[in-house]
Amino acid sequence: MKRTIFRNQLLPWLLLAPQLAITFIFFLWPAAQAIRQSFLRQDAFGISTQFVGLSNFKALWNSPEYLNSLQVTAVFAVLVTVLSMGFSLLLAVAVDRTIRSSSLYTTLLVWPYAVAPAVAGILWWFIFNPTIGIMPYVLDVVGYDWNHISSKTDALALVVIASAWKQISYNFLFFVAGLQSIPASLREAAAIDGAGPVRRFFDITLPLLSPTTFFLLVVNIVYAMFDTFAVIDATTEGGPAQATNILVYKVYFDGFVGQNMGSSAAQSVVLMGIVILLTVIQFRYVEKKVAY
Amino acid sequence: MASITLDNVGKVYPGGTRAVGGVSIDIADGEFIVLVGPSGCGKSTLLRMIAGLESISEGTVRIGDRAVNDIEPADRDIAMVFQNYALYPHMSVRQNLAYGLKNRRTPKAEIDRRVAEAAEILQIGPFLDRKPRALSGGQRQRVAMGRAIVREPAAFLFDEPLSNLDAKLRVTMRLEIKELQRRLRTTSIYVTHDQLEAMTLADRLVVLNGGRIEQIGTPLEVYRKPASTFVAGFIGSPAMNLIPARAVPQLPGSAHAGIIGIRPEDLTIAPDGPIAMDVLAVEELGAQRLVHGQTGGERLTVTMPSDAPLSDSLRLAFRPGSLHLFQAEGGRRIE
Repeated sequence: MKRTIFRNQLLPWLLLAPQLAITFIFFLWPAAQAIRQSFLRQDAFGISTQFVGLSNFKALWNSPEYLNSLQVTAVFAVLVTVLSMGFSLLLAVAVDRTIRSSSLYTTLLVWPYAVAPAVAGILWWFIFNPTIGIMPYVLDVVGYDWNHISSKTDALALVVIASAWKQISYNFLFFVAGLQSIPASLREAAAIDGAGPVRRFFDITLPLLSPTTFFLLVVNIVYAMFDTFAVIDATTEGGPAQATNILVYKVYFDGFVGQNMGSSAAQSVVLMGIVILLTVIQFRYVEKKVAY
Repeated sequence: MASITLDNVGKVYPGGTRAVGGVSIDIADGEFIVLVGPSGCGKSTLLRMIAGLESISEGTVRIGDRAVNDIEPADRDIAMVFQNYALYPHMSVRQNLAYGLKNRRTPKAEIDRRVAEAAEILQIGPFLDRKPRALSGGQRQRVAMGRAIVREPAAFLFDEPLSNLDAKLRVTMRLEIKELQRRLRTTSIYVTHDQLEAMTLADRLVVLNGGRIEQIGTPLEVYRKPASTFVAGFIGSPAMNLIPARAVPQLPGSAHAGIIGIRPEDLTIAPDGPIAMDVLAVEELGAQRLVHGQTGGERLTVTMPSDAPLSDSLRLAFRPGSLHLFQAEGGRRIE
């Protein structure tokens, strides 16, 4: 790497200042505030603040609502990840097999990524709206009474579908790139070696795709846990009966709607811990090229 | 073990581009055939059609006595060595060798026996449990051949297998492939653009140009009696001098030939020789030197011993019977 020596001691700091300022004001300071606040308790009118140690965290651990939210988040993240990755892999393989107009398909399939999460949420909310939506009508024909306003399962299904749909484009792009980086001669060699299309996929393609798959796995979990706030907020608002109240949404709701700053801060500290953990996993293993 | 017959084989891509046309070759059981030609001449396409990786748009390919046009690559009983080796990077060498056998439900004991045998022949025993990325280019090349050998197929197909190796290793591996084929006596089709590789490996050469066969013959036949100016210029290094007959009216045959060909090694310095050459450049090769010059306004190259006397203009004689005459139109050979 090229090393530049500055004669003036002040200049390098000046050049770094904008980035440092942004990092400090928008990342480090709020994070520090959250950590500080997680040890405090405010009275109902916000007049006095009291240091309470770890009791905010203990309260979380003893709160059935929070434990429920943890569980909902886990189920939600797994479902979104599996659904969006599975579906996008399917699409990517299909496009990879297409010789003509594959770039057209690719372009079209990338569109959903440009849709804002809240809009995606609203879109699916309309499609699944029990009174005016098309899907409840179709489901009614096959004898299923869809109502995500009253049914916990339906509500969870709605937010999972809306969130997964938005992420398919992203996964698809990475899968297509991953597939195209596998030399055609490997699949040809396997074909001559007597492996049919299905066997080739599982023996050759899937293992060679594993670095991409692992990368996407982490990205999708992070997405499902943190970036789906707008989807939830625009559709179910965590309901019915906490069925779609994932951790990020609960942080917002308890803090800004419920005004319970101490608990909200403690929850964000827990989330921070999860992000740090996922990032460590990402850097540790993705760099090392899984499988081969 | 099988013979391979190509009968009027052609390839036309959707959109109408013709890659190969009217190719007929009879390949005897155990024969080593080399398809040679410049890039884009259709040699790889032809090989891939035999392998079943490209559909055959015209004609018939027979392996043994069975037409294979509509048979899957896996069922054609052939093995292929790819240019980039195409080793499965996530499998050990042993798994790479065994994969084709496992897919064919060969009994475990038989797989082990064949893998051990191939490892012995190719001296890759110590690497069996390594991944391909831990091997050198030459070792990967051996594993790729091993994967073909264990299958004990009717034919080996080689698609420029040496072009990713450095020059020195290429010469060694060339010899190894030749010895291996001698030993196994498996019908082999080998694609290369390197005329030296083609000459040294082939029982018979198939020279391709623009998707069509220019000439089929043993290396010496092709070298001694090139069927066209294309073959004459392609086979042999340094390339044959091809001079328009009107530039050298003093040579025999120049009256009825369009182009006269003389190999650089068939020219010698002779004070009373019929050809006068102005020397333009000299390349020293050690044992020999290449002298480039002009006669009658046309380029001419001569191979001579490195101790031959040099001057700015030389007189040259040709070895009797070494002139090749070609038609002006189409460049076909005149006997």
